[in-house]
Amino acid sequence: MAEPLTATAGNGSRAKSVDIYAPQWRNFLFVAPYLFIFAAFLVFPLFWGVWLSFHKADTFSSGRFIGFDNYVRLFRDGIFLQSIWNTFYFVFLTVPALALIGLFLALCLNRQTRSAAVLRTLFFSSSVLSVTIVTLIWRIVYIPDMGLLSMIYGFFGAKAPAFLSDPDLAMIGIAIATVWWCIGLPMMLFLSALQQIPQDIYEAAALDNANRWQTLRSITLPSIKRTFVLVVIIQIVFQFQLFGQAWLMTKGGPNNLTKPIVLYIYNTAFQRWDIGMGAAASEILFLLILVAAMAQFLLTRRKADA
Amino acid sequence: MTASIDINKVTKQFGSLTVLDELSLSIPANEFVVFLGPSGCGKSTLLRMIAGLESVDAGEILINGERIDNQPPGQRGVAMVFQSYALYPHMTVRDNMAFGLKNISVERSVIDARIAEAARMLEIGHLLDRKPGQLSGGQRQRVAIGRAVVKEPKAFLFDEPLSNLDAALRTRTRIELAQLHQRLKSTMIFVTHDQIEAMTLADRIVVMNNRKIEQIGAPMEIYNRPATRFVAGFVGAPAMNFLPVKIRAEGGLVVAESGAGLRIATAIAAEGLPGGDYELGIRSEHVRITQPAPDAAEGIVDVLERLGERTLVYVRLGDGHQIVGSDSGDSRVAVGDRVGLAFEGAKAHLFEAAGRAWHGQEGGHG
Repeated sequence: MAEPLTATAGNGSRAKSVDIYAPQWRNFLFVAPYLFIFAAFLVFPLFWGVWLSFHKADTFSSGRFIGFDNYVRLFRDGIFLQSIWNTFYFVFLTVPALALIGLFLALCLNRQTRSAAVLRTLFFSSSVLSVTIVTLIWRIVYIPDMGLLSMIYGFFGAKAPAFLSDPDLAMIGIAIATVWWCIGLPMMLFLSALQQIPQDIYEAAALDNANRWQTLRSITLPSIKRTFVLVVIIQIVFQFQLFGQAWLMTKGGPNNLTKPIVLYIYNTAFQRWDIGMGAAASEILFLLILVAAMAQFLLTRRKADA
Repeated sequence: MTASIDINKVTKQFGSLTVLDELSLSIPANEFVVFLGPSGCGKSTLLRMIAGLESVDAGEILINGERIDNQPPGQRGVAMVFQSYALYPHMTVRDNMAFGLKNISVERSVIDARIAEAARMLEIGHLLDRKPGQLSGGQRQRVAIGRAVVKEPKAFLFDEPLSNLDAALRTRTRIELAQLHQRLKSTMIFVTHDQIEAMTLADRIVVMNNRKIEQIGAPMEIYNRPATRFVAGFVGAPAMNFLPVKIRAEGGLVVAESGAGLRIATAIAAEGLPGGDYELGIRSEHVRITQPAPDAAEGIVDVLERLGERTLVYVRLGDGHQIVGSDSGDSRVAVGDRVGLAFEGAKAHLFEAAGRAWHGQEGGHG
């Protein structure tokens, strides 16, 4: 083993060169702690969930294998179908609003002034609140007869709509609170994208006679297209998982019209203790989000090719 | 289309810092003018003020006699080539070139014709459907020039456009720019800190330093008759030799004597020369290396720079001053040798302590 580095020609053995780039398996130890947690709390539950969804499971036992029965029951359950529709409706209400308002705020606040800095902080500050605080604030806003909204309506001599109890408005009410809560992240992502556009491109555009609109359409927006896609996909994945606001503001009512999938899963698995069916509903949600994530992957890859 | 540009007493301040101080300059149509100066002398700021990218704090800028410093950049009729090229990264080369024309609603057929012509001239026809990210530095440079050419501007503004290119490409592009100017016959303003670019490209050079213009003149005029000590030291490589001297009149001409026993008869008229301290300036090509001789100046060789066609010899004089002289390309001189120096006094300049220059032969000062 302990041969001298300057091997002499006389000993007959060929000097064995060591590949310094060969993998060193002991380095695996550095990632092992994370890998263990990743496997135990993400990979294992993922497969356990799939397994549960094929069984008639409750709190006391994992029950017997029933094939696709849970899925069949799900799609025969009007409330589940309603919750899928509700979730899509909520995503449709919030994601475009978050992307467009976030972009608008970023465009307005992308300047080096004191007031812009203050406003950036202000708009971002709602993001640090917990869902409990956010829903508390908005329930106070929406309270009939004495909330902020009815005060404003009252100022103009009108009566505020009952946002959280009107079947047509309840989801919109939750969506407004959600946009208010979540607007910070899209705004910050857009701001950082805007700040990476080199200034000289704008100077070239000014010399190219581009007015404000042409500059926005031809220079700014194409430069932040990737960020726009990113914001939309992040928000789709986020908003598909609506739970806290719906649970705390309307409990899914009126008449299940604001019950999202996650709330349905919670009701089924942890209130009716039908864990197998709850797991099946979770898998459906997982598939929906997976499709959204794949869409991001495909979209951004196509951008990179272009 | 081409235009004259007049700059009248233009001042620019950034906060309390004055960058340009009551600067005036007149550029006739078709001229290729180079703003030359060290970093921070305000040359780029002046160019950007002509382009409209910086405001003018006082004074006025006119193109073809029309005041433009209150107009937005796009309406001044100038095109600019940026140091970083500033191409629109998401647009193809064709769209980059068309953008400025589309914005002022030029007809599609006219745009296509102009792009085709510029692409042919700059040999970028095969790149038209690529995006800037797929081009090399030199190709991007051509596209940036093409984008300026298609606008058929009254004047071209170049902001150090060659400084991001490698040495070989820089030389080639320099020659192409000169050809472009001959072909387009347009007013061009070129900003650089590279004196070789300035000497080779310019009809006239504007040497700038410290908020103001030091000298305006044709390249050889700047080189042979620098108006100030700054210009003399800044233009030319290696830099001009400077020696503190005492002056004396002999037959109406100045004889300069330095501490090292050096005595140089110049062609500068002694009459009218104010008193005070002087520096003698002489370029290395006017200092020949000779065999040491009893009546000639001499020194020890410090450093040799062999340039091929000639050799620069850095000689330490007896009083510690260093003089750069030149010898033939196959010079046998070695470091440490004792050599003689033959000064071509007729080519020497004198500089007052305040920097003003006095030249020989034709007499007077620049």
